[in-house]
Amino acid sequence: MDWLENFNKVLESKIRLGLMSVLVVNESLSFNELKELLQLTDGNLASHLRALEEAGYVEVQKQFSGRKPLTTYKSTNTGQKAFASHLQVLENMIRQNL
Amino acid sequence: MSSNQESLNTLNEIRDLMERSSKFLSLSGLSGVFAGIFALIGSIAAFVRFKTDFYTPTISSSGSFSNEDVISFLLIDGLLVLTFSLASGILFTVRKARKRRLQIWNSSSRRLLVSMFIPLAAGGIFCLAMLHYGYIWLVFPVTLLFYGLALVNASRFTYPEVFYLGISEIVLGCIALFLTGYSLVFWAIGFGLLHIIYGATMYNKYDREVITKTIQ
Repeated sequence: MDWLENFNKVLESKIRLGLMSVLVVNESLSFNELKELLQLTDGNLASHLRALEEAGYVEVQKQFSGRKPLTTYKSTNTGQKAFASHLQVLENMIRQNL
Repeated sequence: MSSNQESLNTLNEIRDLMERSSKFLSLSGLSGVFAGIFALIGSIAAFVRFKTDFYTPTISSSGSFSNEDVISFLLIDGLLVLTFSLASGILFTVRKARKRRLQIWNSSSRRLLVSMFIPLAAGGIFCLAMLHYGYIWLVFPVTLLFYGLALVNASRFTYPEVFYLGISEIVLGCIALFLTGYSLVFWAIGFGLLHIIYGATMYNKYDREVITKTIQ
């Protein structure tokens, strides 16, 4: 059960794993785009994004587009590595259970 | 076993999410079919106007028509085809996006348009320059070439089949470069026939699936 030790607690949540996966394939996404993609409420999305930010997996940029505030999110290098190794762990887990 | 099934479902959902977020998948196959039909009508109009049949090499040595005649007719003809194709393309794409409850104007559609626009704009200016210097017969293959390049470039942001459509247009354009007498035929095949084949294939593969899924 050595894969259990490597299991990433931050990415254990399906929503956070989903967030990381779209942020890895896209250059950057806005709060509203993420909300639409994952079909989440504002509060729910914000709390999961905060968890990812605290882990250092995503970077937040606050700008203004016209007068509206625009918050965009980007995955960091650490986040991309963590995501890749988490996928590896998942793959190993499924292989062992087969 | 059920936990395995669950993780497989999660992985599938995530793969779908990654694809949906990075690619524009609301392009409708029907818009391809209609673009093809309009292009065929446009090339038939050109055939009729210049009174040629499919086999006679023309335009390169058009005796009875002046260059200005040919250019202005082809410009209007081409612009009409483009307008109708774009209009039907936008119409069917918006409808498909609404049906699937997807946003139309998002970062993936923006990237798709930008990646198409750059080769098309360069090609358009190149064609205008050739018209300016009187190389009308080269304009036909070159529009095919640049359109193919635009499709290959844009295929990263939408269905992978667009890549093969792009390659076919490029190959056709390359052949047409050396058979300039049959420009209109190649144009009709490239913009008409290929679009219809592509559109029908895409409609069968993706759009119909969605419709049957929603019925179930």
